[in-house]
Amino acid sequence: MKEYVYDSVYLRSKDFEEGNVLFETWDPNARYAWDAGVAIGRYLQGLKAGQLIGRHCPECDRVLIPPRMFCETCFRPTDRWVELEDTGAIITFSRCYVTWDMIRITDPQIPAVIEIDGASPGMGIMHMLSEVDPDEVQIGMRVQAVWKPAAERIGAITDIAYFKPL
Amino acid sequence: MSGNRVAVVGAGMTKFVRRAQETAKELAWEATHLALESCDMTLDDIDAVIIGTAPDAFDAVHMKSEYLSDGCGGWGKPVIRGYVGGGTGVFAPIQGWYHVASGLFDTVLVVCEEKMSSCQPHPQGAFLTIFDHTTERPLEPNLLWIFALEMNAYMNRYGLDKRDIATVAVKNKRNAADHPAALLGDANITLEDILNTEVLAWPVQRGDVSPVTDGAVALVMSAEHVARRVTNKPVWVEGVGWTLDTAYWTNRDLSYPVYVEEAARMAYKMAGITEPRQQIHIAEPYDPFDYKELHHLEGLMLFDKGEAPRAAADGVTQRDGDLPVCPSGGLLGVGNPIAAAGLMKVAEIFWQLRGEAGARQVPGSPKRGLAQAWGDLMQVGTVIVMGV
Repeated sequence: MKEYVYDSVYLRSKDFEEGNVLFETWDPNARYAWDAGVAIGRYLQGLKAGQLIGRHCPECDRVLIPPRMFCETCFRPTDRWVELEDTGAIITFSRCYVTWDMIRITDPQIPAVIEIDGASPGMGIMHMLSEVDPDEVQIGMRVQAVWKPAAERIGAITDIAYFKPL
Repeated sequence: MSGNRVAVVGAGMTKFVRRAQETAKELAWEATHLALESCDMTLDDIDAVIIGTAPDAFDAVHMKSEYLSDGCGGWGKPVIRGYVGGGTGVFAPIQGWYHVASGLFDTVLVVCEEKMSSCQPHPQGAFLTIFDHTTERPLEPNLLWIFALEMNAYMNRYGLDKRDIATVAVKNKRNAADHPAALLGDANITLEDILNTEVLAWPVQRGDVSPVTDGAVALVMSAEHVARRVTNKPVWVEGVGWTLDTAYWTNRDLSYPVYVEEAARMAYKMAGITEPRQQIHIAEPYDPFDYKELHHLEGLMLFDKGEAPRAAADGVTQRDGDLPVCPSGGLLGVGNPIAAAGLMKVAEIFWQLRGEAGARQVPGSPKRGLAQAWGDLMQVGTVIVMGV
């Protein structure tokens, strides 16, 4: 198959730095404003009030978080809001030592998927852990939300500053 | 098998590189004309073109496949772009199959191209939109998190450690040393080399991850009456499958890819495969991260849940093992130009089943192989089974 492989020309960083190649750049200015919608709008209202909220499906009897107006499994409308606890258990986590553009950071960020108490098994949300030694975090560890002060909450997922061990 | 019989009859590709001087169109053209040359066809023999290429945002080009289409031989022909994220490279030949199996076309080109290097400072910037804009992106996530979270869930479920998983990276980078298009082939790499790479998002280390890559791959697919005329070694498409899991990724079981199992069941049923472990001789599962090869082998039901790491450690998945896995070198070794990476796997099965894989040829004249890819919001599985 070797004869059917084209030998692409491999450029190195220095080719750009030393001006060996010609190129064009573009810095887009694209801004967006997303509507929260019905279910997530109510979810954000709850966050502003210091409350996690799920939604119940009458067909499969699951309590769903993030809340949704229809159950994607049963394809039926969900029927009521359910106030959940702000505690839960770590389903999985990571210790991240790089930014999205691969710049190293010293103190790791600890993202986690957290199963929320009061929702159905396996119903997790992504959030951050803090006030914990990164090496002490375990799957299954019980955690609780640390809320921003009420005056600082704006109706966003970041109204929870992070989760910490119970 | 439903529909008319369809064979892959030709394949071509570019070398995979970190940054290619060639434009996306130029890469696509190089792969396409080589694929045509490999089966002594010209563009006049082509009835329709299927183009696979991942996010428009990589190139900041609107309707990227239409932009690419002249390099893919698409002018004046019916053209379609299938896009299922990372799953695209295996979905595009599935589309090629149903274009021909339907009887609508006799011969089609399937071209997958990716040029990830244009997106600065890092193509992750274009990928971050995978996270929900309201419930996740305010947390300023990093794309690596999804993989790290999934890998940790998998390791925890089955009590695995990094050594169990890094063997995949070693195998694939060694296999890639024999691939003429490979970016990261290394015949001498060791387990310690992988385990000593820097931690990015634990448990993911640099050595666990496939590289940002530019490249293109093309196939020619034909109906039986054409295939028998142009080659004495047609590679038949025996089964195809694809499926989606829920888009609420934090609600999924992250330790098992149920979407791969469902896609595999669809493809196996079509191919009449009842005992995949006996009937599949060679596999190219999607390996953007080393744990994903193991995860996907379990989803493909080629190993029991949690058992793929042991099989890998025992050498079962080596090129000369009982089930050669990623003999190409995979994404970890050959490179990961998203859509092109998946089609590279299909091309590898084509070359292996024809006995044309050169130094990479697996022993024992394999008769049936599969390629699989994964993508969308990390919840699509795409599977193609091919045989001779």
